[in-house]
Amino acid sequence: MATKLPEVDVVLIGFGLTASILAQELTEAGLQVLALERGGFRDTVPDFSTTTIQDELRYAVRNGLFEEPERETLTFRNSMDQTALPMRHLGSFLPAAGVGGAAVHWNGQHWRFLPSDFTIRSHYEKRYGKNFIPENMTIQDWGVTYDDLEPYYDRFDYLNGVSGHAGNINGAIQPGGNPFEGPRKRGYPNPPLKRSAATVLFDKAAKENGFNPFPCPASNASQPYKNIYGVQMGACTYCGYCEWFGCGNYSKASPQTTILPVLLKKSSFSYRTQCEVTRINLDSTGKKATGVTYVDAQGREFVQPARIVISCAFAQHNVHMLLLSKIGQPYDPVANTGVVGRNYAYQITSSVDVFTNENLNPFMGAGALGQAIDEFNGDNFDHSALGFVGGGYIALWSTGGRPILQHYLPRDTPKRGAGWKKGMQENYLKACSIATHGSVMSYRDSYLDLDPTYRDVYGNPLLRMTFDYHKNEHDMSNFLTDKATLIAKAMKPRSYHAKPREGHYSIIPYQTTHNTGGTAMGDDPKTSVVNRYLQCWDVPNVFVVGSSVFPQNAGYNPTGTVGALAFWAADAIRNLYMKNPGPLVQA
Amino acid sequence: MLATVALALAACHNDNQASSAQWASTVLPAHDAPGFATIQRGLYLVRAGDCASCHTANNGAPFAGGHPVLTPFGIIYSTNITPDEDTGIGKWSETDLYRAMHTGLDRQKNHLYPAMPYVWYTKVTPDDVRAIKAYLDTLKPVRQVNRKPELPWPMSDRSVMGAWNKMYFNEGTFAPDARKSAAWNRGAYLVEGLGHCGACHTDPNFAGAPTGKPLHGGLLVGSFAPSLAGGLRDGLGGWTAPEIVEYLKSGSNDKTAAAGAMAEVIANSTQHLSDSDLADIATYLKDMPAPTSKSDKTDLAQNTRSLGAAVYVDNCAACHMDNGQGQPQVFPQLKGSSAVQAAKAETMIRVVLAGAGIPATTSKPTGLKMPAFNEKLDDDQIAAVVSYIRNAWGNHASFVSAGDVAKMRTNLRKKGSE
Amino acid sequence: MDSLTSRRHFLQAVGLAVPATALFGCSRPSPHADLISANLPGPQFLSAEETRFLDAAMEQLIPEDADHPGARGAGVTTFIDRQLSGPYGMAQTWYMHGPWQKGTEEQGYQSKLNPAQLYRTAIRDIEAYCQQKYHKRFDELPSASRDEVLHGLESGDIKLPDAPSKEFFTMLWKNTQEGYLADPMYGGNRDFAGWKLVGFPGPRYNYVADIEQYGKAYTLPTVGLKGRGDLDRNGG
Repeated sequence: MATKLPEVDVVLIGFGLTASILAQELTEAGLQVLALERGGFRDTVPDFSTTTIQDELRYAVRNGLFEEPERETLTFRNSMDQTALPMRHLGSFLPAAGVGGAAVHWNGQHWRFLPSDFTIRSHYEKRYGKNFIPENMTIQDWGVTYDDLEPYYDRFDYLNGVSGHAGNINGAIQPGGNPFEGPRKRGYPNPPLKRSAATVLFDKAAKENGFNPFPCPASNASQPYKNIYGVQMGACTYCGYCEWFGCGNYSKASPQTTILPVLLKKSSFSYRTQCEVTRINLDSTGKKATGVTYVDAQGREFVQPARIVISCAFAQHNVHMLLLSKIGQPYDPVANTGVVGRNYAYQITSSVDVFTNENLNPFMGAGALGQAIDEFNGDNFDHSALGFVGGGYIALWSTGGRPILQHYLPRDTPKRGAGWKKGMQENYLKACSIATHGSVMSYRDSYLDLDPTYRDVYGNPLLRMTFDYHKNEHDMSNFLTDKATLIAKAMKPRSYHAKPREGHYSIIPYQTTHNTGGTAMGDDPKTSVVNRYLQCWDVPNVFVVGSSVFPQNAGYNPTGTVGALAFWAADAIRNLYMKNPGPLVQA
Repeated sequence: MLATVALALAACHNDNQASSAQWASTVLPAHDAPGFATIQRGLYLVRAGDCASCHTANNGAPFAGGHPVLTPFGIIYSTNITPDEDTGIGKWSETDLYRAMHTGLDRQKNHLYPAMPYVWYTKVTPDDVRAIKAYLDTLKPVRQVNRKPELPWPMSDRSVMGAWNKMYFNEGTFAPDARKSAAWNRGAYLVEGLGHCGACHTDPNFAGAPTGKPLHGGLLVGSFAPSLAGGLRDGLGGWTAPEIVEYLKSGSNDKTAAAGAMAEVIANSTQHLSDSDLADIATYLKDMPAPTSKSDKTDLAQNTRSLGAAVYVDNCAACHMDNGQGQPQVFPQLKGSSAVQAAKAETMIRVVLAGAGIPATTSKPTGLKMPAFNEKLDDDQIAAVVSYIRNAWGNHASFVSAGDVAKMRTNLRKKGSE
Repeated sequence: MDSLTSRRHFLQAVGLAVPATALFGCSRPSPHADLISANLPGPQFLSAEETRFLDAAMEQLIPEDADHPGARGAGVTTFIDRQLSGPYGMAQTWYMHGPWQKGTEEQGYQSKLNPAQLYRTAIRDIEAYCQQKYHKRFDELPSASRDEVLHGLESGDIKLPDAPSKEFFTMLWKNTQEGYLADPMYGGNRDFAGWKLVGFPGPRYNYVADIEQYGKAYTLPTVGLKGRGDLDRNGG
C-alpha cells in the first residue's frame, strides 16, 4: 500500500541537467520544487576528487558513473522482423545514474543547431523540392525556430562558461569562428581553450583544403569563471579525463559546478535520491496528472502528488515513462498511428585515423578541445546532386590519451602479439583521429515501444528499441568520411586510414550517447507528443524535457540544444503556464 | 599546573564571595519590551559574536547547544541558549546574560569555562547585551539538556576558574582609545569584544589562557590561527584593507581562501557584517605593526625539496598550479601566501590530511572544496610537500617532520574533531 | 612464483623485497609499495590450473621482449584474477535475466555466463580440447600451437561444448589489454610496464604549461593513482 505524501508544486523526474535548470528557474519564480533521482548524490569532492578520479579502468572501462543495465536497460533489434534482445551491458551509449546525470560525465562538447535544422522539412522542400525527402523519412519542423531559442542558447552558454570563438555575431561573420553558425547576439563567455599539437596540424590541413576551421565550443572553462548564478568555476588544466569521468577541479560544466551550489541552499527546493519514479499518475479523466509514484531505496512505494509533473529523465527513459504511464498514444509503425516512441534517432559517426611523424602527447587534452569544420553540416552545402538529407561536422578532438581505450593503430598492425606490442610502442604518441559527427533522420521504422518479453526490477516491460542506419545516413556519413580523408592526407602523416561506419547499427561499440526522439515536439498533435513549449498535448500539466523531444537529430552533439530547451520550457511555465494553467497551444 | 591550581582552589572560596557582593549591586535597569529594531540589532550582534558556531551543533537545532568544543584539556559541550525554561536560558534576565558575558558567571553564579569567550565578551556594552537578549528571546525554544563537559579533575570542578580568572581575566567594558579614530575604535570594539578573534589568534599558555602577544597567532588543538599583525610573510602586512574586507565578507580574495574553523566563522559571522564594520576591523588590524622577527636562514634539504616538488606536481598542481600561483578567486595562491607561511604549520598539515572547504557565502556561494590526501599520501610525503610549499617560489617558513604529520593524523581521529 | 626465466624479472623481485628507505630516518616501506610491486597476495578466484593456462596465454597475447615485459611479467594474470573475483566477474551491473537467445552480431553479449563463469567454463573446455588434439596441456604446447589454439577460438573455428569460444576470446583479449594498461593498483601493469611501453606518463592533472610545447617529449616520471612507486620516492 503506497504512502501518500504532501503535495508539491512541481515534481521533477530525475535530477540531472534539465532538472537542475528547471529547479533553479522555477524556484526563482516562487514555486516549490521536488526532484526524485533514482541514483545517489554526487559532488566534486569527494566523488570526482583529483586524488581518485583519473582511473580509466574504473570509470571508462567498468562504467563507474553510469546506469546499471541490471536495474534498467532496453531491448534492441535493427528491424521489426527480428526479436529484440536485452542490451545486457552498456556499449553504444552511456546514460548516467545519480545527481547531475550525464552532464557529470559528458565531454562538454557544446553546440547550437543551425537555423535550418529547426525547419528541416520546409527548408529541404523549398530548396530541393517535395520529392527530395524519401517517403519513409518522417522528418518534421520543430515548432520553434533558432531565433526563438537564441536567447536561451545564450543563457545556457553563460551558465556553463562555454569557451569558444564566435563566428556570427548579429549577422556579422567573425574571422576565426564558424562562418556557418546561426547568428548569436554576443560572443562566448570565455576565450577558446589552448590548442593541442593535433588540432594545430588539423587546422593547417583544413585551411589548405579551403575549409574554415574553428575551435570547437567547449563547456570546459578556459579561465576562472563566475556564471549567471554567481557560481564559480575553475580553469581547465587539460588533464585528459573528461568524458565518462567527473571533473575534479570545477572546470567542466555540470549541475554540480554551475547550479547546485545555489539551488541546494533554497528552502523551496528538495530532492530525494535512490527514489525511482515508476509512473506518472493520472486522474480518472486521463487528462490531468495528479503526481507520481516512486519506489525508495528500501523498496517502499510512495505517491507524490504535484500540480505539475516534469519528466527530466534521460531521453529514452522519458519515452519509457510516458508509455508506462499511458500518456499519449503509443506509436504503431505498421498502422502508422500514434506518437509516443515515434521519431527515434541517434548519431552516425566515422573517423579517419592519422599516424603522424610528430609526437602529439595525446594524453594532454580536454573533453571539448577540438578544431572543426562545418562546411558539410546541415544544409551548409548543396545537396542536389548528392541525394541524401543531413550532414555533420568534421573535427579533430584531443580529449585525452587514456591508454586502454584511446589508442590508434595502423590498419596493418597485427591484432595481438609481438607485432601489436610494437605497433602500440611506435604509434601511441604519434596518432590521432579525425571524427565525423553526422545527423540521423527519423524514419517510420526507427522507433521505441514496450518489449513483450523482458522486464525490469519493478516488473515493468523494458523499452524496446528498433533502429538501424538507413542508406541516407550511410551515404551522408561516407561523404563526410571522404572529406575527412582529404584533411588527413593534407596533414602529411606517416600513414592514415579511413574507418567508415559500415553495415548495421550495432549496440556493442561505444559511439555517442546522443539518443533522441520518442516524445517529439511540434505543431501537430498527430506527429508530436509535446507542443512547442514541451507540454504534453494529452496531459497539459505534464512537460517532457530532454533530447526525447527532438523530432530528428542534427549533426551536432545535442546537449547545447537540450539546455536551451530546458530554459525555454522553464520560461514558458513561469510566464505562460503559471498565469493560466492549461494547454498553452490550441491544437 | 596542579600545584598552582591547588593553591588557587584555596583562595577561590573567598573570591567567589567577593564577586557575589560585587554583583549584588549590578542589575541592569528595567525598560519597555524591545521593539523590532532592537531585535534586528541583536541578530546582527549575535552574528558578530558568532554564537551559532558553538551554540548550534552540526545538524542540531539552532542555538540548542551540544556542539563539542575541543580544548587541550578535553571536550566542553556548548549549552542550550534557546528560551526553553527548563533546559535553555528561558528563565534568564538581561542581568543574567550580562553577568555571563561580562564576568563569566552563570545565573547560579557558577563559573563558566572560558571556552565561552567571556574573556572577550566582557568588553561588550550593556546596551548591546540587551539587544542580544532581545534577539535570543525570539528563538524557538528547544528542549535539549546540556551535556556535561568531559574534563579531568581538577578542571572538572568549575570553581578552579576563580583562580584562573584572577590570573588571566581582565574584566571590563571596552574603553575607546581617544588617540585613535572612530573607525579604529569601532574595529577594536568588534575584534576585542564580540569578534573574540584573540580566542584563536592569540597564543594560549599551558592553562589555555590567551597570554601570547595579542593577535600574533595562536596554536589550537589541531590548527594554527595565523598572526593578524603586520608581518609581511606570515601576517597581514601584504594585505590591503579592501582585501581583508573581501576575505571576511566573501570567504576569499585574490590571495587566499578561508579553510577549517575560519571558514565557519566567515559563513556564520563575518559575512553578515556591514561593509563599514568590516572596513573598521581592517583599519584596526592594519594598525598593528610588523613584529621584528629573526629570519631563519636554514634552507630545505635537497632530498626533501625533491620529494616535496615531486609530490606537489603529482598532487597539488591540479588546482594550485605549477608555480603555486593558484587560480585567483578559485584556488588559493600558495606562492607568497601568508596563510602558507604562518609561523606554525598545523593548519596546513590538517588541510592536506583532511581536505578543506571554502565557505559558501552570499556573495560567493560555490563553496569549492579540496579533497583529503590522508589516504593517498603518507607522513613522509606530506611532511615533504608541506615543507616544500612553505619554502618554494620565494616562500620561507619552518619545516615540518613526519612526526608532526603523524601527530595531526591522531588529532583528526579525536572525538569532536571536524 | 615458479619459472622466473628472465634476469630482469629476478632482479625486480629481489629489489622490491628491500623496504624503501624513508626520508627522515625511520625505515619502513611505502604503504603503497605492494600495489606497485610484484609482491601481491595469492589468487582470489583462479585455480592453479587456470593460472597456468592464463600465464601461458599471456605469453602469446603480449609477449616479453628485451626492452619491455609482456602481459605475464606485467601481472595481467593477477589482474584478471582480481577482476573475476569482483563485481565485474559476477556481472554485477549487467542484465543477466532470461530468456537467453542467440542474437545477431549487432545485439551483443547474450550468454547466460558471467565473466567469471565464462573463464572457468571456457578454460576447462579448452584444456579438454588440447588434451584431445595435442595430448598436452595448453601451457605445455610450443608457441606456434598455442597460437593455433588462440586463433581457432578467435575465429570461432574451435567450438567449445559449454562456452561460446569467440566471446571468450574477445573477453580474454580485452581483459589482457586492460590488465596491461590499467593503473597498477589493480594488479597488472606492474611497475608501469604497459605505460612505459607506449609512453603514457600516468594520470596527471595539469598540462597547462606543456600542451602548447608541440612535439616536445614529456619527461616527468611515470605516476599512478597511488604515486610513483618506490623507484622514485626520493624525488628522482
